[in-house]
Amino acid sequence: MAEISGTAKLPPSGDKHGEAGERLWVIFVTAVIVLLVAMVVYTSVHWGFHPPSQVETIDSTSLHKGGEFSEANLGTVIAPDGSALVRVVAQQYAFIPNCLVVPAGKPVTFRLASADVVHGFIVQGTNVNAMVVPGYVTTVRTTFRDPGEHLMPCHEFCGIGHQAMWARVRVVEPSSFPTDAAKQKAVNCAS
Amino acid sequence: MLRSSRLVLWHFWLAFITFAGFIVLGAWQMWARSPLHGGPADPELYYRSVTAHGTMLAYVFPTLIAMGFGYAVSVSALDRPLRGEKLAWIGFALVLVGALMAVLAVAGGNSSVLYTFYPPLTGSPFYYLGVVLIVVGSWFWVGLMVHNMAAWKRDHPGKPVPLAMYGTVANALLWVWTSVGAALVLLFQLLPMTLGWTSTVDAGLARALFSWTLHAIVYFWLFPAYIAYYTLAPRDAGGPLYSDRMGRVAFVLLLVLAMPIGLHHLFADPNVGTGFKFLASVFTAAVVIPTLLTVGGITVSLEIAGRLRGGRGLLGWVRALPWDRPMVLATGLSLVMLGFGGAGGIINMSYTLDSTVHNTQWITGHFHLIFGGAVVIMYFAIAYELWPHLTGHPLHSAKLACVQLWLWTIGMIVVTFPWHAVGLMGQPRRMAYYDWSNPAIAAQGPLVSLSAIGGLILLLSGALLIVILLRSQSGEKAEVGALRYSRALDDAAPLPRALNSLGVWFGLMVALTVVNYGYPIAQSFFLQHNQVPAHSVLIGK
Repeated sequence: MAEISGTAKLPPSGDKHGEAGERLWVIFVTAVIVLLVAMVVYTSVHWGFHPPSQVETIDSTSLHKGGEFSEANLGTVIAPDGSALVRVVAQQYAFIPNCLVVPAGKPVTFRLASADVVHGFIVQGTNVNAMVVPGYVTTVRTTFRDPGEHLMPCHEFCGIGHQAMWARVRVVEPSSFPTDAAKQKAVNCAS
Repeated sequence: MLRSSRLVLWHFWLAFITFAGFIVLGAWQMWARSPLHGGPADPELYYRSVTAHGTMLAYVFPTLIAMGFGYAVSVSALDRPLRGEKLAWIGFALVLVGALMAVLAVAGGNSSVLYTFYPPLTGSPFYYLGVVLIVVGSWFWVGLMVHNMAAWKRDHPGKPVPLAMYGTVANALLWVWTSVGAALVLLFQLLPMTLGWTSTVDAGLARALFSWTLHAIVYFWLFPAYIAYYTLAPRDAGGPLYSDRMGRVAFVLLLVLAMPIGLHHLFADPNVGTGFKFLASVFTAAVVIPTLLTVGGITVSLEIAGRLRGGRGLLGWVRALPWDRPMVLATGLSLVMLGFGGAGGIINMSYTLDSTVHNTQWITGHFHLIFGGAVVIMYFAIAYELWPHLTGHPLHSAKLACVQLWLWTIGMIVVTFPWHAVGLMGQPRRMAYYDWSNPAIAAQGPLVSLSAIGGLILLLSGALLIVILLRSQSGEKAEVGALRYSRALDDAAPLPRALNSLGVWFGLMVALTVVNYGYPIAQSFFLQHNQVPAHSVLIGK
């Protein structure tokens, strides 16, 4: 189908044009790599942004028997400095609670544990996006700038009911936050 | 006719039958979850379909292409009979039996765990055994490729191994090490659990081991495409390969880097520490080098060909290229898709930016564009290139083949660009249906419908491929000559020993694996509470 062209017209090796092009390409490749790594360093160090990486374990079979992820602790509590701590259990096929309430403009820490299989969650419209692996606790920190409501689906296949596993995150002004939360009682949208 | 043409032809036919059958499921899935479907699909059927689509198109189809193309390269580039052809047939039979076992187990409905397994979810042991057989079958090919290159080198001391064979063996070595991660999950975690020998598993360890396989498997799929870029495309374009040595450097860099960076699949996991995530991010940036080297080297080769054909000016050489030849057209379209897919990929490699797109439809869009687009289109071109040499009949119609390649590219872009867009809106992947009545996601509906239409274009292209291949196997026989590879401008230059062997590079890959994966795997053995019980994917079990 194809013929090999004669060598007579081939550019001589070591021609100036070829070498300059090669050098430009090497500079381009190096610049891409440097830019990529700089971007990672800048966003992680300057913004203090880190994915969940605590490697903290928890017995997934006894979450309901007491301890941090017992039923009364699930939801949002507010610390004296106004920051929020949200504890959630992920299980086939729901998040508990399934509607979270968090204050706008304050640091929010999510702590999630799975009661059964691998789940994941993303708070749509934000950078909150992490896996929830049974046996491990997922901790994610963020701040929601504006009040509003976000969807929070499970984004890892967790069984035949996976597509039904959607929760919501309601961001409200700190002033209109359920007052119980400051008394170290966990609250959710229904409180 | 090519030596061992029957062996190669069986690999390609089984691959393309698998391909044509299981892209139908993919197109159905896109349809079923789109607003066009008019109501929720049956999730049970949907996940069966996703599992079958993934298993057959990720484990069976590209593996058979890599194997078949590898045998073809071995007999033609080394220009001698394949050593151990009987073993090659045994490997083929294992892949076939494994594929049948896996697909029957999935069809039975008790193995809808998706091709990524996700322990502690469990399916039928027959499904896992089927996948094991597929992998073991491919290991026969690995052994034969290494053996054939070693035997050739013994008989040709000091001579450079032809570039196509060098790349093939680099890929074989990459694959044998890459497949170890998933093999460990299957043999030491899932099979013992589903056979009732153990009752718990460390899901974090399973994820680490699976990521060992899941990234580099894409490079295993990619290698045949790269080999075609370097050794077939320049020749068909009517020029030389710009640099044989650059090809070797790209191949060994892929071999060293592709596997140890797999940890970046765990950026959003709670079971890996920040330091290892950062390390994986940096190494993943480095794997951009061999790809950009290749893009640069191939573009220059095509430019030389275009200028030899009379192309003038800054871009006149592009117009002068013979775009009516399937291999040239496929290479051009493949590089375009690789460009877009690669641009998406460098967002994924950043462990901070990744949090915007992790596990969204963006990721599905990314790997469909890279694999389904840039790589698979080269599989088509390789088949068109090999068919006359395998069957003794000329290609039915180069024009029709070019139409098929264009349709595939257009279809893949219509499928994957909307996926990237809805991914940025936070759409989770692998959902049997979405609640389109919810105003918060309603805006994504039209984009999802658009991608479903792209799926139909892909089906049309897939059907056309089968028609062309079938037609090319009947009709008049013709003398097709020997399969030849591109000559390189630097063919005559002496080659450093390290670029004519692969042992040291294999060793570097293993060492880098220990650096990246050693601790994240070892921690499983001293952590407490990390063992969790199995959960059968069957409802009510």
